[in-house]
Amino acid sequence: MEVKADRVVDARGSYCPGPLMELIKAIREEDVGKIIEVWSSDESSAKDIPEWVKKAGHELVGVFEADGYWRIVVKKTR
Amino acid sequence: MKRVVILGGGVAGTLTANYLVPKIKERIKNEEVQITLISDRNFQIYEPGFLYMIFNRLGEGELKRNLGELVDPAVQLVIDRATKIDADNSRVVTENGSYDYDYLVIATGSRVVPEEIPGLKEGGHWFYNLEGATRLREALAKFNGGKIVVSVMGIPHKCPVAPMEVTFILHDFLRRRNLRDKSELLYTYPINKIFTMDPVVELIQPMFDERGIQYKTFFNPIEVDAKNRKVITLEGEEESYDLLIAIPPHKGAQVIIDSGLGDKGGWVPTDKYTLRVDGYDNMYALGDATNLPVSKAGSVAHFQAEVVAENLAAEIEGIEPTAMFNGKAFCFIETGWEEATYIWFDYFTPPRPVLPSKFVHFVKMAYNKAYWLTARGLL
Ligand SMILES: Cc1cc2nc3c(=O)[nH]c(=O)nc-3n(C[C@H](O)[C@H](O)[C@H](O)COP(=O)(O)OP(=O)(O)OC[C@H]3O[C@@H](n4cnc5c(N)ncnc54)[C@H](O)[C@@H]3O)c2cc1C
Repeated sequence: MEVKADRVVDARGSYCPGPLMELIKAIREEDVGKIIEVWSSDESSAKDIPEWVKKAGHELVGVFEADGYWRIVVKKTR
Repeated sequence: MKRVVILGGGVAGTLTANYLVPKIKERIKNEEVQITLISDRNFQIYEPGFLYMIFNRLGEGELKRNLGELVDPAVQLVIDRATKIDADNSRVVTENGSYDYDYLVIATGSRVVPEEIPGLKEGGHWFYNLEGATRLREALAKFNGGKIVVSVMGIPHKCPVAPMEVTFILHDFLRRRNLRDKSELLYTYPINKIFTMDPVVELIQPMFDERGIQYKTFFNPIEVDAKNRKVITLEGEEESYDLLIAIPPHKGAQVIIDSGLGDKGGWVPTDKYTLRVDGYDNMYALGDATNLPVSKAGSVAHFQAEVVAENLAAEIEGIEPTAMFNGKAFCFIETGWEEATYIWFDYFTPPRPVLPSKFVHFVKMAYNKAYWLTARGLL
C-alpha cells in the first residue's frame, strides 16, 4: 500500500541515529493524523525506526526499499 | 594581500590560527597575508573542565584563559560578534564593523538551547556551559539523597560520552558522601541503546548494572514539569526526579542560521574529508559547527585544525591542497572518581575501549592542565 506523505524527511547521507532523531523532530512538530516519510540510506534505520514507532505508539504504514535507500512511512496517531 | 578570517575563538578557531601562522610566517611578516581571528568573547573556556567543576575538583579560574595569551601575536585578534556572513561578497559583518576575506574559516561551535524543552530552565540543571555548571555545583553540594535523573535530551550534543561520565562520577561522589544508599541514579538516552556505538555499550552497560545505575532508552523528553518535578516524554512516559541533570538540545551558532549557511539545526554542511563548506571554494568549517557525522569534541576540532591549516597554507602558497580529515576522534571516558578508559576511532575504524584504569584517569587529569599548551599549538 502506498500513501501520500504530508511531510518527507530526507535524512539520506546521515548515519544512525540521525534519521531517527529527524523523525522524532518531525513527529514533535506535526499534528496528529499526519503522515511522515523518512528517507534513510543507513540500513539500521529500517529496523530502529519501526521499533521506536511501536514504543511511541504511532502507526508504521510501511518500510519500502527504494534505489539505494529506505522509505519509512509513519502516521502520527497520538 | 590575502586575507584569512577565522570566525570563533574556541578550540577550533584558535588552533587553526596557531597552526597556520608558522607555516606562512614569512608571508605574514612581508604583509602578503593577514590572519584575523574574530570572537565574541575575549577568553576561551576549557569545557571538558565543567565535568570536574561541578564536583568542586577544578575551579572556574582553571578553565578560562584570555585569548590574547593563547593566540599567536602574528594574528590580528578582534573581539566582536559576527552578525552576518555575506558569502556572496566574501565579507563578515560584525556588530562593530565588517571584514572582507579571501578565505573564511567557520569555527563558531555549538550551544545548548534548554529553552527548546519547556520547563527545563526552571526545573532542571546542566553542566554544558559556565552558568549551568556553576548552578549545578551548588545543587550537588546541597543534595542530600533522592533520585537523580541524567537525561540526554537530543542528539547531536557536545562530547557524546560526557553523560555517561557524569553518571559514573555521580555514583562515586554520592558514595564518598555516604548518600549512595539514599539515592537512585537514572540515565536516559533517546535511541534504543545507552550510547550510539556498540563497542562502548558492551563495556559500559555491565558497569552501569554493577553499580546499580538504572537506564531507560528510547526516552525523548518533550517537557519538564518543574512544579511536580517530572520529565515527560514523547513516548508517553513520565519520570519523577529530585535533581534533573539534562544534556539540553544543541544548535549551531545564531550567525550561521541568520546567514542561511546552516541546515535545520544550524550546522554547516561540510565535506567530510576536505572540510570545505559545500558549495564554497573559499570557506572551510570545522569543530562543533559542522554537520559531520563525527563527535562534537575538542579532540576532533584539534585534528581538523591540522587539516584546515595545512590546506589553507597550501592554497596561500599556490599549491594544490591535499590534506584530508579521516574522521579521527579521541575521547577519554571517566568511569568513576579515579578511573577512566578511552576510545579512538575514525571513519574507517570502530572504537575499542580498553579496560578502565587509574592510570588513564591520571593521564586525563594531567591533560586537563596541559590543554592550554594544545590551545597554543604546542602540544
Ligand atoms: C561538559 C563538556 C565536556 C566535554 N568534554 C570533552 C572531552 O573530554 N574531550 C573533548 O575532546 N571534548 C569535550 N567537550 C567538547 C568540546 O568542549 C567542544 O567540542 C569544543 O569546545 C568545540 O570547539 P569549537 O571551537 O568547535 O567550538 P566552541 O568551543 O564552542 O567555540 C566557538 C567559539 O565561537 C564563538 N562564537 C560563536 N558565535 C560567534 C559569533 N557570532 N561571532 C563571534 N564569535 C562567535 C564562541 O564565543 C566561541 O568562543 C566537552 C564539552 C562539554 C560541554
